[in-house]
Amino acid sequence: MAEASTRRSRRRPVLDNELLEDFLHAPVAVLAAVITLGFFLAALFAPWVAPHDPFDLAAVNLLDALLPPAWLEGGDGRFPLGTDDQGRDVLSTIIYGARISLGVGVASVLLAIAIGVPLGLVAGYAGGRVDAVIMRIADVQLSFPAILIALLIDGVARGLLPRELHDELAIYVLIFAIGVSGWVQYARTVRGSTLVERRKEYVQAARLIGVSAPAIMLRHILPNVLGPVLVIATIHLALAIITEATLSFLGVGVPPTQPSLGTLIRIGNDYLFSGEWWITIFPGAALAILVLAVNLLGDWLRDALNPRLR
Amino acid sequence: MLAFVLRRLAQALLVMLTVGLIAFALFRYVGDPINNLVGQETSLAEREALRERLGLNDPFFVQYARFLANAARGDFGFSYIYRRPVAELIAERLPATLELSFAAALLALLVGIPMGVYTALRRRGVLAQGFMMVSLVGVSIPTFLIGILLILVFGVLLRWLPTFGRGEVVELGWWTTGLLTVSGLKALIMPAVTLALFQMTLIMRLVRAEMLEVLRTDYIRFARARGLKSRTIHFGHALKNTLVPVMTITGLQLGSIIAFAIITESVFQWPGMGLLFVQAINEVDIPVMAAYLMLIALFFVIINLVVDILYYLVDPRLRADRAVAHGHG
Repeated sequence: MAEASTRRSRRRPVLDNELLEDFLHAPVAVLAAVITLGFFLAALFAPWVAPHDPFDLAAVNLLDALLPPAWLEGGDGRFPLGTDDQGRDVLSTIIYGARISLGVGVASVLLAIAIGVPLGLVAGYAGGRVDAVIMRIADVQLSFPAILIALLIDGVARGLLPRELHDELAIYVLIFAIGVSGWVQYARTVRGSTLVERRKEYVQAARLIGVSAPAIMLRHILPNVLGPVLVIATIHLALAIITEATLSFLGVGVPPTQPSLGTLIRIGNDYLFSGEWWITIFPGAALAILVLAVNLLGDWLRDALNPRLR
Repeated sequence: MLAFVLRRLAQALLVMLTVGLIAFALFRYVGDPINNLVGQETSLAEREALRERLGLNDPFFVQYARFLANAARGDFGFSYIYRRPVAELIAERLPATLELSFAAALLALLVGIPMGVYTALRRRGVLAQGFMMVSLVGVSIPTFLIGILLILVFGVLLRWLPTFGRGEVVELGWWTTGLLTVSGLKALIMPAVTLALFQMTLIMRLVRAEMLEVLRTDYIRFARARGLKSRTIHFGHALKNTLVPVMTITGLQLGSIIAFAIITESVFQWPGMGLLFVQAINEVDIPVMAAYLMLIALFFVIINLVVDILYYLVDPRLRADRAVAHGHG
């Protein structure tokens, strides 16, 4: 009986009512989800949500530069979190910055999934030499931190592309760099799950009635390995956002014309010593809260989908 | 033992050859090395002569082999930006990065292990729960942001610590150290804490998880039944057995500390290799990038190798095959 129930729970679909019920009973997870959703919505509808358009040169006034937050002396009610050196509203630049940060984060997670999941499926299902080659590449890549690989890809892109073209394509280069640096986790997890699934009766049965290997992998095995992928994707999103912010902070990420949260922190960092702390600290706080919320969500999801902890 | 070490060595060599290939491809095919060496006014014939003299017309494998041979001797050519030998540039910057990395690793261990043990033993305690919360928040704040916060609080507001550079350094042969002067030590505090925080939370969580796992095992229960003191059980039996995985992870993390020093060095303008590397990427200084890459790969490979061998020496189960052989012989 006990064995039957663990078996059922391990194969349970990613979304079902039980999971939803768990979720509603975890206040931290709900709060994290609300914050994450809030960031996504604000980023998606930035032009309508933000009080100002910080990139409309006609609307930005240099006379408003370096105003402190509204509640401090010298603050201006029009700019609740103050303004930066060019007179842009800090709150608005954060909302537009979150748009770039989340966009790059989500896109690079999707890219990592698109590379890692098929490779993991093939490695696990085919086995033998294919498996050995894929996993050896994964091992080598895994022995270096993702940020170093992303930095390197970015450096190569700078060498290969002319300056203006690189600035134009910077966001795509960044997505590529972060995506490629993160595929290994997915491949290893999917491979492990595939090795288990491959031996099960339903796969044997499908094979016996002549279903082709790609069809078995896609239609039969893939749905059963998606749970762990979702968990990794959530935690990876937090990491991807941090990586993007770090690269942009180091000055090798997105160009200042389309600032992400990391770029904003980099710009504000120059004003830290003259006392204009709000230009750095508010984007920094936004970044930390966003990453913390996504991390908490990922932690909860990992525990909720882990059959051993149930 | 010998077979194990040899197999590991072969793997390490393979990794180095692969990284060498990437570094070589970077060096040879990203941008034209000739264009980066000569000025605008050099004629085509002169360029061709230089190309021939530098062996850039040789077959791929000949060039690759030459690159590796030079790299093994520490010769990575000239930096495009500084117009100086790359090896010299890196040798200048190496002590700063290594001192920072080891200080951070030591700090992470000295604080992380006791915190891990404490949170495992007083699982429901308020302070332990607090540590766990702080560690989750710590993981979520990017390294560079922690550095900026420290600068704001201790550098700008309180003015206790310097916010950039290494302070005064003392030369010991080719090695420069900041550990022997007051200003050098003061300058080390904030960068080391910044770099250590993430590893500290990692070690704390690891020690905690391992301790909890070990405390559940039968031999701990028997030790309790035998009436041994809690202190003996916790530190003599439990902690000792958690140290193997901790040692492995810390060893492996040493490599990523050196890599993550890139970020910390940028925040604090610490004159190490990481700062050099970021500048090299910004300026597309390929020889510096290639050299840094190979050096970091070498660090990683050596650390992996040492950790594997230590692991083998410490954990008797991995030596089972040898014990069997001896038993029968």
